[in-house]
Amino acid sequence: MDFDYTPQEQSFREEVRGFIAEHLPPKEQRDKNFLATWLEKVRAKGWVGFAWPKEFGGSDGGLMEQAILKEEMSLAKAPPLGTSMMGLAWVGPGIMEYGTEEQKQKFIPDILDSKVTWCTGYSEPNHGSDLAAIQCKAELKGDHYVVNGQKIWTTGAPWSQWIILLTRTDFNVTSKHDGITCFLVPMDAPGVEVRPIQNMAGDKHFAEIFFTDVQVPVENRLGAEGEGWKVTVSALANERSSIGEVTQLQAKLDDLKTLVKNSRRQGKPAAEDPNVRRTVAKFEVKIAAMKYNGLRYLTKQIKGEPLTSETSVNKLHRASLEIEMDDFAIELSGQAGLQLKGGEEAVDGGTWSKGALNWPNVVIGGGTPNIQRNIIAERILGQPKD
Amino acid sequence: MNFGFTEEQNLLKEQVQRFMKEACPMTRVREITANETPFDQALWQQAAELGWLGLTIPENYGGLGLKWIDLIVVLEAAAEGLCPLPIASHALASTAILHCASQDQKSRWLPAMASGEAVVTIGLYDEANWIAAEAVTAKATVDGDTVTLHGKKPFVNDALAADYMLLAVQGPNGLALAAVGSDQVEVTAQPTIDSTKPMASVDIDGVQITTADLLATSPEQLAFLTDCGGVATTAEMVGAGAAILEMTSGYAKDRIQFGKPIGQYQGVKHRLADMFVDLESYRSLCYFAAWAVDDSPQELAKAVSMAKGYASDAFAQIGIDGVGLHGAIGFTADYDAQLYLKRSKWARPMYGDSDYHMDRIATLGGL
Repeated sequence: MDFDYTPQEQSFREEVRGFIAEHLPPKEQRDKNFLATWLEKVRAKGWVGFAWPKEFGGSDGGLMEQAILKEEMSLAKAPPLGTSMMGLAWVGPGIMEYGTEEQKQKFIPDILDSKVTWCTGYSEPNHGSDLAAIQCKAELKGDHYVVNGQKIWTTGAPWSQWIILLTRTDFNVTSKHDGITCFLVPMDAPGVEVRPIQNMAGDKHFAEIFFTDVQVPVENRLGAEGEGWKVTVSALANERSSIGEVTQLQAKLDDLKTLVKNSRRQGKPAAEDPNVRRTVAKFEVKIAAMKYNGLRYLTKQIKGEPLTSETSVNKLHRASLEIEMDDFAIELSGQAGLQLKGGEEAVDGGTWSKGALNWPNVVIGGGTPNIQRNIIAERILGQPKD
Repeated sequence: MNFGFTEEQNLLKEQVQRFMKEACPMTRVREITANETPFDQALWQQAAELGWLGLTIPENYGGLGLKWIDLIVVLEAAAEGLCPLPIASHALASTAILHCASQDQKSRWLPAMASGEAVVTIGLYDEANWIAAEAVTAKATVDGDTVTLHGKKPFVNDALAADYMLLAVQGPNGLALAAVGSDQVEVTAQPTIDSTKPMASVDIDGVQITTADLLATSPEQLAFLTDCGGVATTAEMVGAGAAILEMTSGYAKDRIQFGKPIGQYQGVKHRLADMFVDLESYRSLCYFAAWAVDDSPQELAKAVSMAKGYASDAFAQIGIDGVGLHGAIGFTADYDAQLYLKRSKWARPMYGDSDYHMDRIATLGGL
């Protein structure tokens, strides 16, 4: 056990820091071309798809270096390394694993170059947590499939150009995990209709999508017919390291501590209140637990030991932190904490009041806390399935 | 960066687990702890021969010269079976000697500790729920070479088994650890919730030792030893927590109610999942703290507070849920789950409860 970084890891960290110092100007100095230039620079550096194989345009980077890269970028509050978040997180890895040569040629470069934004068509009106029961139908007719059905809660659908779509091609199956097929579909295909849904924070990030007789060429099928569940599970497993989330949460904790130091409660400094101190300390401990859990799991992966579903542990911690930290901040700030951006007394520009309404993005997305508990109980502790 | 155990450490863990299974199964634990002096000399000697008692003692004093990260491998694995041997107290005492004693004192005491010939424990604070130098109220006065001790040490772990003990006192020149033989003092067993962790009071009033038996100790050293105690306790909480989770998880798979294994009900399986989440988390925090003892002492205070602060409440809940999910059988004396619940009660205040540690985290974190 050694928590010190090796000289190679340290020098890679220095390289990332040097790059950030050179290419990431302070917020107020960024012009409208900044993001495009940034994306070009990190791409040229080989840091987009860092761990992807070189043959696909990645850098074959190691898992520890990838974690360091994410950590430093997150510490610097740098913009993302690509605008196609889902493309980089699981669509790309899914195509590399299951895609045809043509699909790889066609889709991978655009993901790396941030030219195309992907969304993920999984949930349906009647099938959210019970994802494998999806009903959106795809029927093979000659050289194309015809898709009919509905998706919902699709994050990013209003501005994405492509969707990775989970459909059912066979309704006569004994296991619901069979008969599912995955497709890569352009959002501007005839018969695709997107209706954005406003969330409780006032944003329109997710949407309903209606598919009416949408023709999808056979060559846009990802993996074999009926293998869609396998594609989904293995693609999702690609995004494992939570180190970036930890640094984001640490930054949020720092902001929260600053707020505490500047706050009064019943006329006395909030920082002297035992309940306030304990609550903030508990956040700090939970974030540290996520950090060391993450490093322990990363070490396992590097050693080639199988990871089961340990990452659900950190997802549960993150879920409670996302809910509780903003909530605590607005409670601490009393009536001022209620004010939204634009309010005269809004705290920290309304960041906390917004956050207190925005947590479902990360808490519900990717599997609710109770689904994570099912995963831990069943896959790690061996309890019988529901 | 490598957050994993070495091949040697994994073998050590297996060795301890085998020892617990073969030489010290729960039936034996129950027998030992039912004795008036809850100590098994033969088992102690075996542990000594396996090298566990001198793990962190340097080789020139007869030990293995390893680190606390190796020691906690033993503590964790032994605690899976609630090992009643005073390994943690003994290790803490040897750490105290290494950090506070003179060369002469080290040569006098450490070889006998590494060989297991002498069982040594340590007693720090005299006020029940206060971690601070002022909470050491026993005193020592010095006249020439003679040291006279005053007062009582009300909370000394493993004093009944010990041949020697290091007892914190306020001396004329500040804090010190007084090394006394158990035949010099009056040791009175104090029954507690957890019989696998015997506690006693030690009356030292009027006992005379010499200055050669006094170890000058700074408040920083006292704090360091307290933190090491926190690491040791938390490592045992990892082992004991894993054991009761495994026991409860196994029961949930087998116990049928309403026609199904109870582990199929989310009311049960989600509790089990939460137990796992907490255990994993204080496990990670504990390993980091144990590494910090030798390799990053400046991070130790915060690391220990995070590990012990998390574990204190989490393991308490794991103990309650472990017994509770078993239903009435968990409440029975013959069933082992209750022994782990008792350990969770014992461990909670030891070397600082969660209030103490969380407040220290707030302070160290700038609040």
